[in-house]
Amino acid sequence: MSARFRSAAEDAPWARALLALAAVTIGILILALPLAAVFTEALRRGWGVLRAALAEEDTMAAIRLTLVVAAIAVPINTIGGLAACWAIAKHDFPGRRLLVVLVELPFSVSPVISGLVFVLIFGAQGWLGPWLQARDVQIIFALPGLVLATIFVTFPFVARTVLPLMQEQGREEEEAAATLGASGWQIFRRVTLPNIRWALLSGVLLCNARAMGEFGAVSVVSGHVRGMTNTMPLHVEILYNEYQFAGAFAVAALLALLGLVTLAAKTVLERRGRRA
Amino acid sequence: MTVEAERITRRFGDAAALDGVDLAVREGELVALLGPSGSGKTTLLRVIAGLEGTDAGRLRIAGQDMAGVPARERGIGVVFQHYALFRHMKVADNIAFGLDVRPRATRPDRAAIADRVAALLDLVQIPELAQRYPDQLSGGQRQRVALARALAIEPRLLLLDEPFGALDALVRRDVRRWVRGLQERLGITTILVTHDQEEAMEMADRVAVMERGRIVQFDAPAALLEHPATPFVAGFIGDAAQLPCRIAGGVAHFDPLPIAPLPVSLADGPGTAFLRPAELLAEPGGSAVVRLLRPQGGGELHLVVEAAGQVLDARAAPGTRLARGDACHLVPRGGRVFPGAT
Repeated sequence: MSARFRSAAEDAPWARALLALAAVTIGILILALPLAAVFTEALRRGWGVLRAALAEEDTMAAIRLTLVVAAIAVPINTIGGLAACWAIAKHDFPGRRLLVVLVELPFSVSPVISGLVFVLIFGAQGWLGPWLQARDVQIIFALPGLVLATIFVTFPFVARTVLPLMQEQGREEEEAAATLGASGWQIFRRVTLPNIRWALLSGVLLCNARAMGEFGAVSVVSGHVRGMTNTMPLHVEILYNEYQFAGAFAVAALLALLGLVTLAAKTVLERRGRRA
Repeated sequence: MTVEAERITRRFGDAAALDGVDLAVREGELVALLGPSGSGKTTLLRVIAGLEGTDAGRLRIAGQDMAGVPARERGIGVVFQHYALFRHMKVADNIAFGLDVRPRATRPDRAAIADRVAALLDLVQIPELAQRYPDQLSGGQRQRVALARALAIEPRLLLLDEPFGALDALVRRDVRRWVRGLQERLGITTILVTHDQEEAMEMADRVAVMERGRIVQFDAPAALLEHPATPFVAGFIGDAAQLPCRIAGGVAHFDPLPIAPLPVSLADGPGTAFLRPAELLAEPGGSAVVRLLRPQGGGELHLVVEAAGQVLDARAAPGTRLARGDACHLVPRGGRVFPGAT
């Protein structure tokens, strides 16, 4: 007669099965099903309709604009996030704790409010509005405003992904490198950066996914000028509101696909990172 | 290379980690900074390395003032407590790092660096580990890599921060003898931080005992044992028991403890005595009781006795008839007595 003993932390088999079932059900209902719905809806009328919808002029403009905004915002946030992490994890200075809080600020403030702040500063009635108008510089309802809003909303992604790892790794390796004669830049490039490279890549991808998908803040500063200041998420909304379901779902599917590719890349990178 | 520290002070907030430290290290000497944790020994080492700033005082290395000279320009080899090996680099790349980062004008060519790395791997006796990563090494192997990496820049001064702390006791004794031999062979001035007095006494030419940000005594190991400058040093070195006593007529009395009087040359009044186990000889008869005993070889016994509610370590001479539970008293063969109660 053989008895099977359970460890103290192990739940009963029926409890484990129930929990797993609940988690999988919720995952399918809330996460996978809507995504699948977007793709089936987009493909329902066939590839031809989908391709035609995407080839529409305003849609192409929205795709281009989204890529341009991400291409500017992501590198800036990568450098800015890295600088913030480097400062917080490797140095002591007055205001260090404040910086930690500031890094997380965009996560806790509603994106709509961040958008409004930029309108308040740069808009025609805003603080810098008259000064900018006099010099013929357009920030709100133009590309600079979209980029600024996107940078603000997506700033924490790189910093929050990299910072815990940097703090865990401490400063000893950097100090050792300094005693061996390395300059600040050499220390960063040859010691700090290689130690965080997988976390950094994963943070950049998350930042990119959010930069392409951001709606709230961008919606406030965009002005929704078709073919000019509409990014993909805004374009989806406009098409949907105009009952152009084929176009709306086509753009939505493309946006979702970009997100999924990002997620897949991140997963692969994290696996490699664990092995390295 | 000489190291001269004058009145070095370093504060963290209100607390002074270093409080006016003076230290003069001679060429080729191995000096140990010994003290309990929080005594400032690691801070002093970091100040010398250039990793920590000072609030006051002056530091000269080889006669040159170090004010404003950053760590990377000091040419000092440092072995960190947890070795701080570059985790993403192979052992050979770790060792080559200090040469690789030199400006082009002074950087040896690839072949010369490879030769130097190979020579250093031989020196620290791990040539077979060149292609391993740090997380594939044992503690002792990592320590050798850290030492080779520090030596690669041909440092004028070597700083070791608790270098044996992460090794288990058996390995530790071998490694520290080996390091001491290597240091003597290379003739490199070395400063070692440790909280282990056995390590300090065995390895160092001179030991600086630190207490609360100050160096309280800087002397050869034998002198520290025989002539401790303060009660702190007397208590910290040599596992001495600290006992209150009363001095009268050139003799220290320990009653109510059953310890025979000890002649001293101090004025009458209260005193504090520091007696090592080897200085307390147990003899049969008296108010102390033998609780434990351990043969020391050669017939000598190490005893743990209880007297007046206090537990003391003592020795019994060969031939003394004492067993567990027997009554005894103690006769001091020597000891250090300081005036005043503590």
